[in-house]
Amino acid sequence: MTTFHLNGREVTVDVPEDTPLLWVIRDEVGLTGTKFGCGIGMCGACTVHIGGRATRSCITPVSAAEGADITTIEGLDPEGNHPVQVVWRELQVPQCGYCQSGQIMQAVSLLKDYPSPTDEEIDAVMAGSLCRCMTYIRIREAIKKAAAAARGDSSNG
Amino acid sequence: MGRLNRFLTGKGSGAGQGLSRRGFLVTSLGAGVMFGFARQASANQIFPLDKSGPGEGAFEPTIWCSIAPDGEITVNIIRAEMGQHIGSALARIIADEMEADWEKVRINYVDTDPKWGLMVTGGSWSVWMTWDVFRQAGAATRTALVEEAARLMGTTPDKCTVSQSVVSASNGKQISFGDIVAQGHPSHSFTPEEMAKLPLKPASERRLIGNAELKKALDIPSKTTGEAIYGIDAKVEGMVYARPKMPPTRYGSKVRSVDDTEARKVKGYIRYLKIEDPSEVVQGWVVVLASSYSAAIRATDALKVDWIPGETAHVSERDIQDRGRELINHKEGGVYVFNDDGVDAAFSSAHTVMDKEYTCASVLHYQLEPTNALAFVKDGVYEIHAGNQWQSLILPTLAKALEVPESKVLLRSYLLGGGFGRRLNGDYMIPAALASKALGGKPVKLILTRSDDMVFDSFRSPSVQRVRMAFDASSKITAMDYQAAAGWPTGVMAEAFMSKGVNDVPYDQFAIAGADHWYEVGAFRVRALRNDLAEKTFRPGWLRSVSPGWTSWGVECFLDEVAHAQKKDPVQFRLDILTATGRNKGEAPDAVGGALRQAAVLRRLAEKVNWGKQTLPKDTALGICTTAGQERGMPTWIACCAQVHVDRATGVVRCEKLTIVVDAGTVVDPDGARAQTEGAALWGLSMVLFENTEIVNGQPVDRNLNTYTPLRIADTPEMDIEFLPSTEKPMGLGEPGTTVVGPAIGNAIFNAVGVRLRHMPVRPADVLRGLQGS
Repeated sequence: MTTFHLNGREVTVDVPEDTPLLWVIRDEVGLTGTKFGCGIGMCGACTVHIGGRATRSCITPVSAAEGADITTIEGLDPEGNHPVQVVWRELQVPQCGYCQSGQIMQAVSLLKDYPSPTDEEIDAVMAGSLCRCMTYIRIREAIKKAAAAARGDSSNG
Repeated sequence: MGRLNRFLTGKGSGAGQGLSRRGFLVTSLGAGVMFGFARQASANQIFPLDKSGPGEGAFEPTIWCSIAPDGEITVNIIRAEMGQHIGSALARIIADEMEADWEKVRINYVDTDPKWGLMVTGGSWSVWMTWDVFRQAGAATRTALVEEAARLMGTTPDKCTVSQSVVSASNGKQISFGDIVAQGHPSHSFTPEEMAKLPLKPASERRLIGNAELKKALDIPSKTTGEAIYGIDAKVEGMVYARPKMPPTRYGSKVRSVDDTEARKVKGYIRYLKIEDPSEVVQGWVVVLASSYSAAIRATDALKVDWIPGETAHVSERDIQDRGRELINHKEGGVYVFNDDGVDAAFSSAHTVMDKEYTCASVLHYQLEPTNALAFVKDGVYEIHAGNQWQSLILPTLAKALEVPESKVLLRSYLLGGGFGRRLNGDYMIPAALASKALGGKPVKLILTRSDDMVFDSFRSPSVQRVRMAFDASSKITAMDYQAAAGWPTGVMAEAFMSKGVNDVPYDQFAIAGADHWYEVGAFRVRALRNDLAEKTFRPGWLRSVSPGWTSWGVECFLDEVAHAQKKDPVQFRLDILTATGRNKGEAPDAVGGALRQAAVLRRLAEKVNWGKQTLPKDTALGICTTAGQERGMPTWIACCAQVHVDRATGVVRCEKLTIVVDAGTVVDPDGARAQTEGAALWGLSMVLFENTEIVNGQPVDRNLNTYTPLRIADTPEMDIEFLPSTEKPMGLGEPGTTVVGPAIGNAIFNAVGVRLRHMPVRPADVLRGLQGS
């Protein structure tokens, strides 16, 4: 049995300890916004926050989540209106959308560490998130815009 | 050229009837003949859609749309949503002609009822194929609503105007579309012939088509909140999970024995199934069933299967390319797309001849959502829930595999976590369906892991192109002879859709298109060769931009070589042969202006990048490329300039900027068009500098991102994309951007450091070798 907090709710699951957290979230809990892409932690589609840090859930055993606070895309904001989600819609970032939950979770984490990220910082942090539709130009722009909005600076938007 | 007519008239299957041949039901709707009116979904598209029907009293003027008494307009979309926001683009077309209030428009993705006609999403065709039909359907809807509105307001239709879903009469009365449906009984019916005669709006009166302010693709909001449902998210009560154990060859492997001793130790393991597929698409598969997908992954890893491998177990990429060369060099065989009189004579009397070979490596789709399907029997019908691009193609194959009539198979569409052509081939649905059949119709959710998916990919065939040109004593081009060998996806998977060459032999236009360029080159021959060894070894697939993604590498690098050999400017050299004469004049409605429009995008590009006048740092240069996009029958005129820097020490090529000019005719959704061009161009960049695979022992050698390395954000260059204004018929935009980048990079590398590379992808080692040789 493993117990953790998922989007503010306590969850207890009875699965083998080494089950990847991704499949626990998707199949046991039933939240499908977190995606399966590569299964080896290299595409970023499965990114969730554990204790506020962006984490690849496909290579995280559920046992590592014992007692942790986990946030998925569904729990980022009750109305889906986290500033990063809002700017993602404004700039029409998603194409197929499959990687975008992971991109958004990674971007939210990035902005916590770098409130005014440079291109280099964006490239370094977002490098682990593959977008096969290649929406990178808009991802870059959206992160900058979200950062500017958080600073209350609309001139850079 | 009318090649695409074969798709429109749909020779391939019972479900493949052409759009243009469909009748239009125009009746007031009471009976629940339709499903999927997503009344609950607001602007968010939530899949699968509710099947409650259009609701009491809705008016369905054509099969393409309905108007509810509350004014909500639902547009039925038969195209797959895979990132192109196609539903929103198509809905604009019908809503614009209808004079609908965009805020009230919803989109509905349909099932595979035969009434929808040919269901395929590929080739950048969707807008181009739907343009006339949806404008006519919109006009029919408007006409029927105005007639009823006039009756309700005590006037005549000619005294009414329509705007924003409201009909206004000259007597001062007004009534909304919703109230017309709620209070009246609109029921005018139109034959297809009558619909074709309805007056359509002039371009100057369009409000939604081409409106750049209307920046709201209807599929996007749910993709930012985790609510969007893809095939992999489809669930039904009581389903079991499945994962295949992949055989050592794509075809012909036979299971000798299976040992599940270790698999039994995995908690959740249920059993394994040997898949026997009467359609022979899936051969030698063993599928593992488990109560969860993570258990299915483990149990499959633990399962031991001993196979007798198929005959291609030792085929390499090089074997396939050598076979291609052999086919090209053999005088017999092949199909001639063009074969003008005088080609051989021109070469034998030529003053000089240029003769070069270009090769392109295998490329994997790596659509981010691995292929998957959920299958079960409900009321005697096999339901397959999956994301797919060509339902009409796989439906008959599924029926054959399951040994049931086509009417007993129904596909339900979901969002696609990437298409890029992979999901044109629905082969991944077959093992799911057969596993369900083996369990008596119980629901089975089959998911391929990433490595399974890459092994099973129907990837882009490696190709060999031999390009020759003859010149007279004054360096004038007198003939061109172009030959290419590759695996033919359409030959393998959709033979009925092949085109016929001038020698009356069928060929795969998706394995040669792009070679049939719009330049004036004297006597012109294009010969397509079908690489049989490629087709024995793997299932060649359609991959974003299909053949123009690699034929352009031959044509446009070659033309650049000719320009340099003749000491001519590469832009001016191309402009001089884009003269729009003969077959390159272009015809209405698809290619008005012909090659002159290609010249226009190239000229504008040169102006934008200050071609020939720029000063750049050392080892940095520009290179250009221009193509007609995907098909002569649907030309999207496009030109690209790449700025690259070459590191002489490492051979690493960095693309610093891509500038692109496009003439795609009318642009329906400007922001969507830009997004498609950005993504397509970056695919082109990825294929030339970052990704490729190689066939080793009959299978692609790469199995995940540890060795397969598509473009990431850090290598994404600055981009400048411009669409030339046009009111011509809209062409496609999903792929043309891909076609121009590779050659622009290759040509830029030559301009930067003098190294001519003729193999795609460009690898640092090749650049270094070139630098050492020069």
